[in-house]
Amino acid sequence: MADTARDPPPAHTDFQELEDGEDLFLEPAVIQESGPASLPAEDISANSNGPKQDSLFDDDPEDLFAEATEEVSLDSPEREVLLSDGPSPAITPITPPTSVITPRIGLAHDDMFTHSSFDEIEEEEGGDSFDMHISVSDPEKVGDGMNAYMAYKVTTKTSMSLFKTDEFSVKRRFSDFLGLHSKLASKYLHIGYIVPPAPEKSIVGMTKVKVGKEDQSSNEFVEKRRSALERYLMRTVKHPILLKDPDVLQFLESSELPRAVSTQALSSAGLLRMVNKAADAVNKMTIKMNESDAWFEEKQQHFENLDVQLRKLHASVESLVCHRKELSVNTAQFAKSAAMLGNSEDHTALSRALSQLAEVEEKIDQLHQDQANADFYLFSELLGDYVRLITAVKGVFDHRMKTWQKWQDSQLLLQKKREAEAKLQFTNKPDKLQQAKDEIKELEGKVQQGERDFEQISKTIRKEVSRFEKERVKDFKMIIIKYLESLVQTQQQLIKYWDAFLPEAKAIS
Amino acid sequence: FKHSYATLQVDISDALSERDKVKFTVHTKSTLPNFKQNEFSVVRQHEEFIWLHDSFVENEDYAGYIIPPAPPRPDFDASREKLQKLGEGEGSMTKEEFTKMKQELEAEYLAIFKKTVAMHEVFLCRVAAHPVLRKDLNFHVFLEYNQDLSVRGKNKKEKLEDFFKNVVKSADGVLVAGVKDVDDFFEHEKTFLLEYHNRVKDASAKSDRMIRSHKNAADDINRIASSLYTLGTQDSTDLCKFFLKVSELFEKTRKIEARVAADEDLKLADLLKYYLRESQAAKDLLYRRSRSLVDYENANKALDKARAKNRDVLQAETSQQLCCHKFEKISESAKQELIDFKTRRVAAFRKNLVELAELELKHAKVT
Repeated sequence: MADTARDPPPAHTDFQELEDGEDLFLEPAVIQESGPASLPAEDISANSNGPKQDSLFDDDPEDLFAEATEEVSLDSPEREVLLSDGPSPAITPITPPTSVITPRIGLAHDDMFTHSSFDEIEEEEGGDSFDMHISVSDPEKVGDGMNAYMAYKVTTKTSMSLFKTDEFSVKRRFSDFLGLHSKLASKYLHIGYIVPPAPEKSIVGMTKVKVGKEDQSSNEFVEKRRSALERYLMRTVKHPILLKDPDVLQFLESSELPRAVSTQALSSAGLLRMVNKAADAVNKMTIKMNESDAWFEEKQQHFENLDVQLRKLHASVESLVCHRKELSVNTAQFAKSAAMLGNSEDHTALSRALSQLAEVEEKIDQLHQDQANADFYLFSELLGDYVRLITAVKGVFDHRMKTWQKWQDSQLLLQKKREAEAKLQFTNKPDKLQQAKDEIKELEGKVQQGERDFEQISKTIRKEVSRFEKERVKDFKMIIIKYLESLVQTQQQLIKYWDAFLPEAKAIS
Repeated sequence: FKHSYATLQVDISDALSERDKVKFTVHTKSTLPNFKQNEFSVVRQHEEFIWLHDSFVENEDYAGYIIPPAPPRPDFDASREKLQKLGEGEGSMTKEEFTKMKQELEAEYLAIFKKTVAMHEVFLCRVAAHPVLRKDLNFHVFLEYNQDLSVRGKNKKEKLEDFFKNVVKSADGVLVAGVKDVDDFFEHEKTFLLEYHNRVKDASAKSDRMIRSHKNAADDINRIASSLYTLGTQDSTDLCKFFLKVSELFEKTRKIEARVAADEDLKLADLLKYYLRESQAAKDLLYRRSRSLVDYENANKALDKARAKNRDVLQAETSQQLCCHKFEKISESAKQELIDFKTRRVAAFRKNLVELAELELKHAKVT
């Protein structure tokens, strides 16, 4: 949604923005401001990146594709309707004469846009591209005993005009992050936005830290959590809608944050959440939706499969991390043993060679340890994040089902009321008739709203899913490449070590 | 000492694995006059190797030599168990996974098989290389007699006897070890061997653990490769090609890691295990020598007593002379044996360590 970046519509909260989208869809009345506003033709130069925009008007999706930086393959279902709910006043549809007549800028027509065009828009809107880096650092223990907590420093570095300064930092604790997530979830999940899930609570891990055990495992726990929080924030702000949410901005910028109280696991709010989750699960089983849209069916299946596979992969990688750590420990022990053997060996050259072997093995054990860390932090955590993300995606699909259900329910109710009204026609009860007519009018409104809601959420989900897939491709590629690089590096180190050892071994006479 | 006029070459040319046992084809090439032919083969089983080894140990004439340690029993149990588990779990994995794991296990089985063949062969070669043992009659029978030696495994009673013998021996060994040796060479060897043996034991155990972890990690990488492959085939985005490529890479990595573990196993772990057994054999030699020394000293005392009482002097004298002779014989050969042991050990370690380093380099470079 570029508008806020450039021209915040007056007195808009984020909810307002979304409603705008809906309005646009329904009533052609809203006009978004922009420079070359009234041009219904090809000319858009709302943004400074003029030339690129022209290509947007190519009917040929292939060209757009060539422009796009990501190599996302355009499957036919995805080529279908991807409506932009007016994020950019910069785009005017080409053909329909209707748009020429009314200065209906910012209105998108279904058949015009492939999703990559939308992405291009996103990238170019607001005048600046996404340039933001958040780091979570300096975990500090505050307080003592069971009331202690870890405070993390959240530093934001950005050149985006959204923020007052280039670089700023605040102190936050874990429950603050959870609070942020729960606010975002309550605002956006039910209308179809994929809100990145927050890192999981860990009562055991936290207790150890609180109790003050300064050992390896609690340090690892803090590091794991810090890294997870960082990834969480980065994912959240990468989402163009969430980035502009005032709660997010407040979280990043303001030095004081009201304490989020309903995030404790064992609180009443926590219990309520659990009950709701269970209720949802039951409901899901009873809703039988007529899926008219093959795209959704296919996508749901796709995410189911992805879920299964990622979980499996995650389990294997976790197992690898575990075994590699074991290997490191065992190698260290062997190194010590070899050193002892070298000591008792009375043939000098052999003794020296054995000591060298011990040294090599010791270095190798460190290598294994480092590799295990890379395995974990790069690969395993990525997979864990995506497993949780996919759960969020599935949740969003579920919300769509619920929205559909609501719509259907009100339709049924309307029908019943109409039948009742028809019957009333034959009786002589003018008040009752009037009441029935009123109710029907109200219900008709509701039905229309339900339909709108459903269409809106479907639209949003399509957008979200394609953005999600793009991010997924980017994420996986980047991380796996980094991981492979780490593997290569390990091997190179191994070569160095064994190379050094070989002449020693040969020197045994 | 090492050069002999007649050649004696022994190897295991073939091996067959049946249900519970392994049948080794022992092939001999020799110019020794006592054999009927110059080249011949027989089929032997593990128990017959053990019989041969035990016959050496029990032979008093060989008390002064390091008896080459017996090859360990072929142990396919673990491998068989894994194959069975795989068969049971067939339903729960994809066809590709199943075939892959099956190939894995079969390769493992083959590796164990090759190892046991190698160890039996090493035993025979050591005997054939030993200037005295190679002339042993039982050895020749073992090599030539082309029928079953009817060596039954020890029954329960005999196993129990063995157990008690070992207990007595170790208790005795402790007593005998306490006796400080007059000869510096042997004293030094004694302390050295004791310490060395313990440390080799430790190193062997630790290297086994290390290699097992390595194999576990390789198994994990295998599973990761399969998952990535499935992801690659399912994914509709650009990731699919990427995943498939990465899956291949992991496959390769796994193969290499498995090979590294196997090589470490061969060059390092087996080496240590073998020298564990050898050092035990050397310890046994020293024990026998010490035992004979004690006997000799006792015989001396008995002789003195007899002389003092002027009774059974001749008997005591003969006995003392026997002991003395035995002791000296053992001491002489033991010295040589121990020196040989050291040379062999150093050479073996050198060879294996060099090969280990070269293999590790080779594998690391491939990646």
